[in-house]
Amino acid sequence: MKKGQGAKLDRKKFFADPIMITTIVLLITFLTLFILYPLAILLADSFISGGKISFDVFTRIFAMPNFTKAISNTLKVGFLVGITSTIIGLLFAYVEVYVKTNKFTGGLFKLISMLPVVSPPFVLSLSMIMLFGKAGLITRYLLGIHDNSVYGFWGIAIVQTLTFFPVCYMMLKGLLKNIDPSLEEAARDMGASRFKVFTSVTLPLLLPGLGNAFLVTFIESIADFANPMIIGGSYDTLATTIYLQITGAYDKAGAAAMAVVLLCITLLMFAVQKYYLEAKTAATLTGKASRERMLIGEKSVTIPLTVSCSLIALFVILMYLCVPIGALFPTWGYKFTPFTLKWFKLVFTRYKGFKTFTDSFVLSLIAAPITAILSMIISYLVVKKKFKAKGFIEAVSMLAMAVPGTVLGVGYIRGFSGGLFHTGLLQGLYGTGAILVIVFIVRSLPTGTRSGISALRQIDKSIEESAYDMGANSFKVFTTVTLPLIKDSFLSGLVTAFVRSITAISAIILLVTPQFLLITVQINELAEKGAFGLACAFASILIFITYGSVLLMEGVIKKFGTSKKTKERE
Amino acid sequence: MSKDKKGVKLEHISKIYKDPKTGKDFYAVKDTTLEIKPGSFVTLLGPSGCGKTTTLRMIAGFESPDEGEIYLCDEAINELTPNKRDTAMVFQSYALLPHYNVFDNVAYGLKLRKVPKDEIKEKVMKILDLVELSGMEGRMTNQLSGGQQQRVALARALVLEPSVLLFDEPLSNLDAKLRVSMRTEIRRIQQEVGITAIYVTHDQSEAMALSDEIIIMEKGIVAQKGTPEEIYYHPINEFVADFIGEANFLTGKVVSVDDKYAELEIENEKVKVMKKDGMNVGEDAKIVLRPEGGFLSDNRGIECEVVLSCFMGAYQNYHVKVGDTIVKLADYNPNIENVYKVGDKCKLAFEPESVHVL
Repeated sequence: MKKGQGAKLDRKKFFADPIMITTIVLLITFLTLFILYPLAILLADSFISGGKISFDVFTRIFAMPNFTKAISNTLKVGFLVGITSTIIGLLFAYVEVYVKTNKFTGGLFKLISMLPVVSPPFVLSLSMIMLFGKAGLITRYLLGIHDNSVYGFWGIAIVQTLTFFPVCYMMLKGLLKNIDPSLEEAARDMGASRFKVFTSVTLPLLLPGLGNAFLVTFIESIADFANPMIIGGSYDTLATTIYLQITGAYDKAGAAAMAVVLLCITLLMFAVQKYYLEAKTAATLTGKASRERMLIGEKSVTIPLTVSCSLIALFVILMYLCVPIGALFPTWGYKFTPFTLKWFKLVFTRYKGFKTFTDSFVLSLIAAPITAILSMIISYLVVKKKFKAKGFIEAVSMLAMAVPGTVLGVGYIRGFSGGLFHTGLLQGLYGTGAILVIVFIVRSLPTGTRSGISALRQIDKSIEESAYDMGANSFKVFTTVTLPLIKDSFLSGLVTAFVRSITAISAIILLVTPQFLLITVQINELAEKGAFGLACAFASILIFITYGSVLLMEGVIKKFGTSKKTKERE
Repeated sequence: MSKDKKGVKLEHISKIYKDPKTGKDFYAVKDTTLEIKPGSFVTLLGPSGCGKTTTLRMIAGFESPDEGEIYLCDEAINELTPNKRDTAMVFQSYALLPHYNVFDNVAYGLKLRKVPKDEIKEKVMKILDLVELSGMEGRMTNQLSGGQQQRVALARALVLEPSVLLFDEPLSNLDAKLRVSMRTEIRRIQQEVGITAIYVTHDQSEAMALSDEIIIMEKGIVAQKGTPEEIYYHPINEFVADFIGEANFLTGKVVSVDDKYAELEIENEKVKVMKKDGMNVGEDAKIVLRPEGGFLSDNRGIECEVVLSCFMGAYQNYHVKVGDTIVKLADYNPNIENVYKVGDKCKLAFEPESVHVL
């Protein structure tokens, strides 16, 4: 059997579409240049010293006690945060899917699920210090403890847990909804108690999903830069160590090697999560629920569960509220009244607030539509088209998900500061706004692509085929059929990209040059200096912007979204 | 329609797929040569996995043949993409564009061809009239019933005045009653427009009702090609006989052959059948007996025993045991006074013209 002719014809048909070819070539160039190349250069830098391949750099960094300490620190924190986030996430997911709740708790749940989307990365660290630190509102003024230290292991672990558990909650919620209620009813019918049903049916079905949630949080935790930076104190993690190695010790080769170590850890976790656990989760939980689940209404179950969820939720909300309120105190830790707007004024008078917000805003506003379109194009190609380089495009854009921002930042420094391969080619890029925009795009691309792929999978393949059959080329099919059908997903991708960009810090902090002032970088500096009033003022405005854009998006989708339109005409 | 009718020719077409389970290559369609006459209605019929849809999709251009060449009229079209081919397809799921209304769905292809606005309007209205959807042009597609959606899909394909219309099991999502009325509709419209149509289905009655010619496919190969009558009365093998209508198979020994008839010995009884070329005395022969082709009698035919007797309204349904074989019969003129009951011993008889020798 020879398949030659079919493949050749497929290729010929494919090349008959010049727009498609151009798009793919550009896409591959972009992905290679801005994702693969920076990682490759890190490998090259750390394995080549003095023109020869050697392990010298690795021997050197592994001899540094603070580096080996950072590895164990990072893993310890990641492990704990993974477990606690998964447990709390499971609690929330279970209560939402299985337990009768009232309107109040329902509202709390919705808020909690939105927080990770809108919140800048280090807000919880700020409020943790302000509430529980040495001069903390709760520790010193409520409890009278004067020497409480939040800096270090526990500080990071608590803050990261509170930051990441909503992600687990959302993941597990989706899985629990897929469990067919009749499975559990059958167990109940055969005489199992509610608790027995949970341990013998629900939990085993969910196990791969729990593992998945654990690993996702684990990766997030070890890649996190902002929280350990602010609340870590002398407890360094890999991300912060790499940052200090570059900015403090100016040891670029060492930082590159450390980045390779961090990358290896996240890649390994990512591979396990993606190829082993995700497949397993899909295998056990494919069935759609056949009908509505009977919610648990017994007070002995509902009260303890909802109360504990509500307490956690309220605590998280209190921590977020602490930031805007903190910005109103005259002096944090000494003088709380009367409320004043002086920090907000200072932001705009002495701390170049206007330029900071414009810079951040403009750069993110440029990055967001590019990211959204790019991720839709990638998802379209991955889901709907058949071509050789497809695997490459899919793999590289997913790879970006496993690359911690700090690693990417170091890669860009090594890869672009001296031009491509240190030859001076494209050197003009480094230090410009363009490279910041590119980093924003690369950092948000995986999330956008993932949601794009799941949106596109829901469109019947023959709808696009019919348009193709009626005479539309790929470009026309994409613009007149595909894009209109995934408008909602496109819009939310746009806003997510914007919010992620404006709140990004880990890669950006390594690449930003003095001509650009970015909000997150400013907040980080101010928090390090202990200028909490100013940091809070900056952060409040940032939260206001992100929350505002999410609300705007929801409004737009409600008004112009596809689902709404078709429903209305019914 | 002003266009000339065009025929389709497939020359030694093969398509190879990889079995996802075993990882082995197999022929989804193997060395298929077909000629479809201009203006005719041809059905590709077969069980699932026989390669009928793959063949259709190769004609549309969605799949590329691994061997052979496809011609539209006399033009080789292997290298053309679906959007450049003069074919239009009606999809199983209708595949209407959900964000457009009826008018825009039908106008979509015309707009792509940059037809002037007035002309688009005129053509769309004319075609909507043909499929009896006038007045519905402003509706969204999800406000239509299944049958109406089907008509929009048909109108959308017809409006482009393609040389060939392709149907991929278009009626399989409709309920039984609607299916029957829609297939009459499709046949009417095809006759009115005079377009060449290729229709894929696994429903034999649909194929019979619609087609000028039926092509039966089995495991990627064309098993038989012919008019519905030819295929029903002269099936080429057991597979075709069994697939089209119900069939009973009986085997016997040829005992004598003359100019017109032959005699077979089945279960120690001599029965007369039509002679088939190449029949020799002493050889085994297999005959196909349609349920309505045989009858039960007390005095002539092959001995049998009734194992099922069931009143079906229009006919009496019998299962009788001939030797070890169960033969199904449909008696459309049962003698009400004297219906055979389970356990009755009787005789199975048929006219020589009602059986077909394989």
